[in-house]
This record gives sequence, structure tokens and C-alpha cells, in this order.
Amino acid sequence: MTSDHGLRADALYTLRVRPRSEKLLDIGFRQLTLALASLVAIVLLAILVTVFQGSREAMASFGLSFLTTSAWDPVNEQYGAFVAIYGTLVTSILSLVIAVPLGVGTAIFITEDLIPSGLRELIGLMVELLAAIPSVVLGLWAIFVMEPAIRPALELLHTLLGWTPFFDTTPQGPGMAPAILILVVMVLPIITAISRDALNQVPIELRQGAYGVGTTRWGAIFAVILPAAISSIIGGVMLALGRAMGETMAVTMIIGNSLNFNLSLLAPGNTIASMLANQFGEADGIQVSALMYAALILMLLTFIVNVLAQWVVRRLSLKY
Amino acid sequence: MTSSTTKPASSNSALFDRRPLHFDSKLPRNRLNGLFTFISGLFATLAVLPLVLVLVYVLVQGARLISLRLFTELPPAPGLEGGGIGNAMLGTVVVTLIASLIAIPVGVAGGIYLSEYAGKSWFGQVVSFGNDVLAGVPSIISGVFVYGLIVASRIFFGQSYSAMAGGIALSLLMLPTIIKTTNEGLKLVPNDLRLGAYGVGASRFVTISQVVLPAALTPISTGAVLAIARAAGETAPLIFTALFSAFWPEGIFNPIATMSVLIFNFAIMPYQAQNELAWAASFVLVMMILAANLLARWLSRLSKA
Amino acid sequence: MTSSHRPQSSTNGKQSTEDVCMSLQNVSISYGNFEAVKNVFIDIPDGRVTAFIGPSGCGKSTVLRALNRMNDLIPGCHLKGQVLFDGQDLYNPRVDPVEVRRRIGMVFQKPNPFPKTIYENIAFGARINGYSGDMDELVERSLRKAAVWDECKDKLQKSGLALSGGQQQRLCIARAIATEPEVILMDEPCSALDPISTLKVEETMHELKRSYTIIIVTHNMQQAVRVADKTAFFNAEAVEGGSGKVGYLVEFSDTENIFNAPAQQATQDYVSGRFG
Repeated sequence: MTSDHGLRADALYTLRVRPRSEKLLDIGFRQLTLALASLVAIVLLAILVTVFQGSREAMASFGLSFLTTSAWDPVNEQYGAFVAIYGTLVTSILSLVIAVPLGVGTAIFITEDLIPSGLRELIGLMVELLAAIPSVVLGLWAIFVMEPAIRPALELLHTLLGWTPFFDTTPQGPGMAPAILILVVMVLPIITAISRDALNQVPIELRQGAYGVGTTRWGAIFAVILPAAISSIIGGVMLALGRAMGETMAVTMIIGNSLNFNLSLLAPGNTIASMLANQFGEADGIQVSALMYAALILMLLTFIVNVLAQWVVRRLSLKY
Repeated sequence: MTSSTTKPASSNSALFDRRPLHFDSKLPRNRLNGLFTFISGLFATLAVLPLVLVLVYVLVQGARLISLRLFTELPPAPGLEGGGIGNAMLGTVVVTLIASLIAIPVGVAGGIYLSEYAGKSWFGQVVSFGNDVLAGVPSIISGVFVYGLIVASRIFFGQSYSAMAGGIALSLLMLPTIIKTTNEGLKLVPNDLRLGAYGVGASRFVTISQVVLPAALTPISTGAVLAIARAAGETAPLIFTALFSAFWPEGIFNPIATMSVLIFNFAIMPYQAQNELAWAASFVLVMMILAANLLARWLSRLSKA
Repeated sequence: MTSSHRPQSSTNGKQSTEDVCMSLQNVSISYGNFEAVKNVFIDIPDGRVTAFIGPSGCGKSTVLRALNRMNDLIPGCHLKGQVLFDGQDLYNPRVDPVEVRRRIGMVFQKPNPFPKTIYENIAFGARINGYSGDMDELVERSLRKAAVWDECKDKLQKSGLALSGGQQQRLCIARAIATEPEVILMDEPCSALDPISTLKVEETMHELKRSYTIIIVTHNMQQAVRVADKTAFFNAEAVEGGSGKVGYLVEFSDTENIFNAPAQQATQDYVSGRFG
């Protein structure tokens, strides 16, 4: 433009040409966010390297038999993590066996129009708040309230099923069974929240289709709505499994931290996380390395479960 | 209405069981329906029950111990009566503050990178995947890591256990949540807003910092509040990083007491005074965390209105 | 226009001798405080195709969904008046909506096959309706009746979602007829389809009216002319003092009359394309 209107505008707007400083700021900001975002990858690698380096001594000494032996003997420096690995798997899997029906059932109850919407939201809110209660507070509650309250029930289990190796010890306070129950309390909100989201995403058209051919409400839920939501629910269950495996405080406080192997669920046990919490602060020498080795195993277990969870959600998800 | 007798739609309808329209509660399907509704209601009750019981106990056991002394005094030596949890409250604030000062700027910047710059690039996907993995890393592992990196190596002025180490361990747990909520919050900002800013000649930095970020402030602050609340209650990363202290905090490079570690230590002590302080600390912690959660819900409702 | 409109269907000469399949007696439907449609009287003849037409928001879909109690799924939806079917009021508290839907099937606006195989999509409804015959045969017959057999026969074990939109909709029609209902309700079944699929679905309807009573809601007046024996025209009017509009039935008659010699000026205006 050559009119004098254009000339005047050029005089008034002094930043028609971007100054260098603005371009530098633009680039600098981008690089800054990039650098800080990379921190995630760096931290993750650093965790892996630190734990791996720390566990090399124990790996060299015990090799893979670390996974299958149950000696934990600081005097003779013999370490095997079988009790802790077994405890981690048993407590987390059994807690899910209980929590999945409870969580999915609750999610159905608060999404499928069975009760007034006010009540639905209240239950949803309460389950969400349950997730916010710190693990250590649940542990305190488990020690002083839950465990004494359920002990008669556990004693009954012992009386009835004491002939099986899984219940052949008398319940005496801390043990695997109360640890499993407190894990149920901790993973329930995750399963409920994810199942609830999954059910809410099932389109109304699909529900109408099911009711339209004359199903009952539960007929529609079992035959159409749950199958449509199943991949997200399974993903949520896997995430909960990862959480249960790594859960530390409440379990440490109620599982009894026994280093001896016992099949009985009523006996004290141990998990990798609770072993770390109990011993890491006071350990030295090769015991630190053995604990790092156990930590590495825990990391790998949770990593596999979490990646599988994401894979399930992506691969199995339906077009709905 | 001429009550037309139902004539068979086709010869085949004899193969279907047809019943009168009236509701028959004795039908197997209606019985099953009622049964399942009952079961799911029972499950929902069981799911809600722990929260109610925990809250009731924490309120009953904790609230009666609330006094001024609780906030101003140190915990008693084992076997003695009385005392408070003043140092642990202060310690929780200090450690959580350190964690927030690290995790919030890093997390928000990481979220900005993922949402505004990364696009579908491989690096963005790596960061995004790494963030999901980091979110799944058990909290105790973060303690083990910081122990190996900072505590055992004594890199802070030769100090081993410290509030700083505890804060760093907590920040690792907060980071994934903040990155994720920031990223998701920014993605909800309509693209038209960005185009509008570019359209008047704004630079990328100005667009992000003055247009996009303010538009996503509510979801980001909601995520930050929730992450802080979660960090304040975390114990596992602190037990061998921040450790514990029976005294008032002595700077951020020394061991520090926190409420969560206090609950853990005092719960398993065979002394009534310590057990009671554990309940009192639980009460304070739970109230703080519930308040933060309700604040976060209120914030997110604010953005929807 | 006032609410005193009484469409003269039942007094309309030769039709009065026909069997009535469903009868709406002074039906009004509201969502919460909002009245969607009011004072509808219609006698739907047996074994015919009846079309509901009218501008958006006139309540025609709402009335359709009331006929098999699909509105029960919408919170706050309430119906006054009577819907008579097989000598009973469907809204009698003793009536089981599940039983109603087994006898009055429905095809929806958007194709909504279940996330199951094509075979299971058909067999599911039949099974819950207590079908005791040969399932393979029923699946084939239903798919044939819905004119989608040729496209499906080689992939019965594939997901119903793998079909195209038009095929999915015909699968949904097959699903509805597999339960052998007495009435099939169709809520704008072609609105999400391309013209060729629409044509196929209309051919399917011509096949179906030999065995079923069909009630179809359509936006498309040509479609009503092509498929329907009888047509009901709905319109909406502003409520005095209110903010929304309430739907009502303007006229119900033979399709020919509605399009060529409507009794009401509003019908004339609508069918000649002056509004809607």
C-alpha cells in the first residue's frame, strides 16, 4: 500500500516487524517446556537405572533363585524374595476377586437408573472420597477397628475350612486376610470410577435397542451394556491390579510382615512393598541390594500390568 | 376400541411364548431382575460402608483430642502422656510445599509441551507414555529411588535424610497427575481461541501464556489441588527420605516430621498416648484432604457453569 | 389453533369397519413441566402402514415412543390418557413394559446393532422372547425379510458393526421382526441413510406390511406417500404464556386424502412445502 493511510498506520504500529527478543522468547519458551517435559522420561530412566544398579550385587549373588527361595537371613546374608512375591501376587489378586464384582455392581447401581439421580450422585461422591483417604489412615483404621471387628468371621472361616492349608492357622491379629480386605477398600474406588465412566459412555441408542426387543433391565445390562463397556472395565481392573501390587502403607500396617512362608491366608505374610517399607531404612550391605532387587521385580510387575491395561483399552475397544 | 383378538402375525408365532401384558412378578425373568437389583444395591452399600466407618472412627477418635495443645506441642517421649503434633503439621506443610514448588511448574510446562507443541511427534508420544508409566510406579519405589539418589549419596551438604529429599520424592508422585490434567485441560480449550490470537498477530508464547493458559486455569488448578491433597497424605515415599523427627523442623536439609509418617510410627507403638496422637493426626489429615477434594469439585463445577 | 381439534379418523367412512390395532385416547405427554404433545386421538388400523409426519418438535417421535413405553427410559416423562392395545391400556400400572416391547417392536433413527455377531444380533431377541424353533432358519428368514440376507449370508459370524450404515439399519429391522412382534414402530428409520439404502428399506417395508402393522415417523413426505396407507399430520403451536411449543394432531386420514385433499389449511400448507 502506498496511500498515506498506510503510511500513517506504519508510524502508529511500531511492532510491524517482530523484534528479535520476541522470536527468542518464542523459541526459548518452547525449548523450556520441551526440557521440562523430557524430565518425565529422564526421571523414569533414572529410577530404572538407580534401582537396577542397586540390585546388581544381589543379582550376582543370588541370580534367579532369588525369585524362588524364601530365606531372608541378614546374619548369613542369604536372601530370597519368594515370600514377598507370593504375598504381593496373592493379596493383590484375591483383593481384586472381591473388589471387581463389588465395584462393577456399584457402578451399575449408580448408572443404570435404578435409583433416583440424587442418591446416585451421593454414592458416586462417597466412593470418590473414599479414594482420597490416605493409605496410612486406612492402615490405622485396619489395625484398631477393622481387624478386631472381622476376627470372629475369620475364626469362623478357620473352624469351617481349617482342614484346607489356606485356613489352617488361627487368626491372631495381623495377617494376609485383613490385608486383602483393606486392599479391597483401596481399589474399589478405582474399579467403580472406571466402570462407571465406561457404562456412561455406552450410547443411549444401544440401550434402546436392547429394551426395544423386549429385554428386562438386567437382560439389557448383561447382554448388551456390559459387553459394550467390557474393554474399559478390564483396563480399569488391570490398573487396579497395578495399584494393589504397589500399595504399601495400609498393607504394611496390617499384614504382619512375616518372613516365613505360610500358605494360610489367616497367617501373617509379606509383600514386596511392605518389606521395602519395613527394612529399607535400617538395611545395609547386601541387604540393601537385595531390597533393590525386590523393588526392581515390583517395578517390572506393575509396569507389565499397566502397559497391558493400556493395550487392552486400545485394542479391545469397540467402535462404540 | 374394538378389542381385536390378537391374530398371529405369522404362522411362526406359536414358537414364541406369548403372555398377557400384565406384569407378573413370579416370572423367572422378573424375579432375576429383582434379585440382581438387590445384589447391586447391596454391593453399592458395601462399597460405601468403609468410607462411612472410617470417617466415623476418625471423627470420633480424632475430634475429641483436638485442642490448642495438639497444634503447638511436640509429641511426648514414649511412655509419657499429652503432647501434640505441631511439628508434624508444620512438616507436612513444608514437605508438600517443596513438592508442589517442583511438581507444579514442571508439570504445567510438561502439559503445555504435550498439548501445544508435541502434536503427534514420536517424542510427544514417548513423554506421554512415560507419564502413564510414571503414574503407575508404586509410591514406595519413588522413595527407594530418592533414597539411592539423594539420601545415600548425601549430595545435599553431606546431609542424608532431609525434608528436601522427602519433597522431591513426593513431587515425583505429583508430576504425572499435573502433566495429565494440564494436557487434558489445554486440549479442551477450543482451537478457535488459538486461531483468533494468531489472527491478530500474537506470537506463540503470547497466545499460550495469555489466551490458552488462562482459559484452562480451572481444570489445571483442580488437578493441582487434587495432586497436593494426595501428596499430603502419602507416607511410603517419606519413611526413608524425610524420615521423622521428634523436634521442630530444623531447616529443609534436615530430617522432618510429617503427619503421615507420624501416624505410621505411632500406630504401631504400644502406648496409648501415641495411638491417640495417630488418630488426631488422621483427623487433621482427613479433614484437610476432604476439604481439598470438595474444593476441587467446586472448582470444576465452576468451570462447567 | 386450539386444542379442541378432533381429527375425524374413526368416522371416516370405510376405515371404521377395519380392525383397530392400537388406539390413542386423549393422550398427552410431558417431560417434567414441559408439555410435549397434547390431546391426541388416533385409531391405528391393523395390518397397514401408518405414517406420522410433521415439522420438527411437533411430538411425532414422542408419540411413537409412547406406543411401546420406550419413554419410560426418559426420566420425568409422563403420559396422560390411554393407549389401548389388545384390549388393554398399556399405561395401566399392572402392565409390564417388557411384555409390551416384546409384542410391539421398534426400529430406531440411528442404526444400533448390538456389539455382537450378525447372527447373535438376530438370535438374541428371539431367544429372550422364548423362541423354541430352529434358530438358523429364523435368522435366515428374518434377514431375508429385511432384504439384507444376500449381503450378510457369508459373514454371519462377523460383528454387526462391520456392516455399512444401510445394512446395519436393515439388520436392525431383521432384529425387530425376528421376535415376531404384532406391531413394528419405526422412528425415522431412513434419516441416517443414503438414498439407495433408503429405497431398500422402503422395499422392505412393503414386504413387511403383509404380516405386520407398521407405524413410521418420517421427515420425508415423499416417503410417507410411497409407503403409508394412512397418515397423521402433527403440528406444534406456541403455548399461551409459556416459552416452548406443544405438539398436537392436526389431521389423520388416508394418505391420499392428506396429500391431495386435506381437510385442514395447516395440512395443506405443510404438504405443499410452505413450512416445516
